[in-house]
Amino acid sequence: MREVDVSLVTAAVDKLCRSANEVLGEDVLQALRAALDSEESPAGREVIGQLLENARIAREEGEPMCQDTGLAVVFLEVGQEVRLVGGDIEAAVNEGVRRGYVGGFLRKSAVKDPLDRKNTGDNTPAIIHTRIVPGDRVRVVVAPKGGGAENMSALRMLTPADGRDGVKAFVVDVVRRAGPNPCPPVVVGVGLGGTFEKAALLAKEALLRPLGQHHPDPAVAALERDLLTEINRLGIGPQGFGGRVTALWVSVLTYACHIASLPVAVNVNCHAHRHAEAVV
Amino acid sequence: MVELKTPLDDRAVAALSAGDRVLITGHLYTARDAAHERLVKALEAGQRLPFDLAGQIIYYVGPSPAKPGRVIGSAGPTTSGRMDPYTPALLERGLKGMIGKGSRSAAVREALKKYNAVYFAAVGGAAALITKCIVGCELVAYEDLGPEAIRRLRVERFPVVVINDARGGDLYEEGLRQYSQAGPA
Ligand code: SF4
Repeated sequence: MREVDVSLVTAAVDKLCRSANEVLGEDVLQALRAALDSEESPAGREVIGQLLENARIAREEGEPMCQDTGLAVVFLEVGQEVRLVGGDIEAAVNEGVRRGYVGGFLRKSAVKDPLDRKNTGDNTPAIIHTRIVPGDRVRVVVAPKGGGAENMSALRMLTPADGRDGVKAFVVDVVRRAGPNPCPPVVVGVGLGGTFEKAALLAKEALLRPLGQHHPDPAVAALERDLLTEINRLGIGPQGFGGRVTALWVSVLTYACHIASLPVAVNVNCHAHRHAEAVV
Repeated sequence: MVELKTPLDDRAVAALSAGDRVLITGHLYTARDAAHERLVKALEAGQRLPFDLAGQIIYYVGPSPAKPGRVIGSAGPTTSGRMDPYTPALLERGLKGMIGKGSRSAAVREALKKYNAVYFAAVGGAAALITKCIVGCELVAYEDLGPEAIRRLRVERFPVVVINDARGGDLYEEGLRQYSQAGPA
């Protein structure tokens, strides 16, 4: 067994909250540069130019790229040969979020109770997803998620007869109805299969795959291509001003499901497509 | 490119068309969900508002905290639709403009025509860039709301686009008309 002190996880989460919010990934920058070439609408091209400029300022000046620095979604992959010592792991993650958001001048966007709605003041609690995996390392991914795009996400329990066409129609419709609200160009994560909650988690995890990288299964990759093409026929365009680039990328993850079910979850993310990771 | 100074007068508002690019110089008042709820409650209770709405522009934003030595943190627009239920009452009291992102309800678009007002969008998620145009920031009311408090921002050539003008023009609809290759929903 390898002992890992949870304070190392706190330190990692603290750093990742800041870097995820200030530094846009090279894959997203590349997708934006490609969009600058493929966008026909002048207003759309102007928007994409501003997003690239915004990313540069955020990185160079250490400002958050968007004022909505999100809820902190934290994925932990804990190696089964790791023994976590020094305290409660979830408390350690939350302490990292607290330090990152308070010390890093990030916005506190968490309310304690969904109906009472008092701000917790330090952006905790994080949304934590933990998996036990082989090995003796702890992988930590922080994916800040803004409200504007998250609010446009949706899940539906389709029936097997709906099939591939039904899935496509639902995903495209979610993006159509979102329109300008989630700050297009968007990135679309799709979870297909599993159960109600598994589909939602798959959709979120799909957003962690680098843009430009298709699913290894050719059939799923083909679905990703089709979805991207259809979404970009909608004409919503950057910021909804009209144009070709409504989505930068569509990423699909699938899982086995019940003989009676075809769950499909669509997690919409904005161009501020943030995640950062570290291995402890 | 149109240059506008706040407060807005009726003539300047009436001259704007959906799709116009505008640079605003002057003051903007920040308010989002919780502040809107309080403003409209105050109106319903017949109380005075913390600022005079006449001719003013509300910016839907909850900025991130200012780093030391800076005026404000990142300050891009939030989704406007959540403010729809409160907006007609504010337009009736003389509010002339709103800045946010995303579509407005039919009721808000009607109220824009009725009260001669305009809805602008700033580029959502270009917060670090937009912040460069904010040169002053002071607290006006509801400090307890944290990022949702009402602040008065001094802005210089703050870039926005007209989405809904006072004659029913709608840039989002025009954009779709021009670029959609998809069948009807
Ligand atoms: S949808 Fe994304 S880019 Fe737009 S305001 Fe929210 S977090 Fe920022």
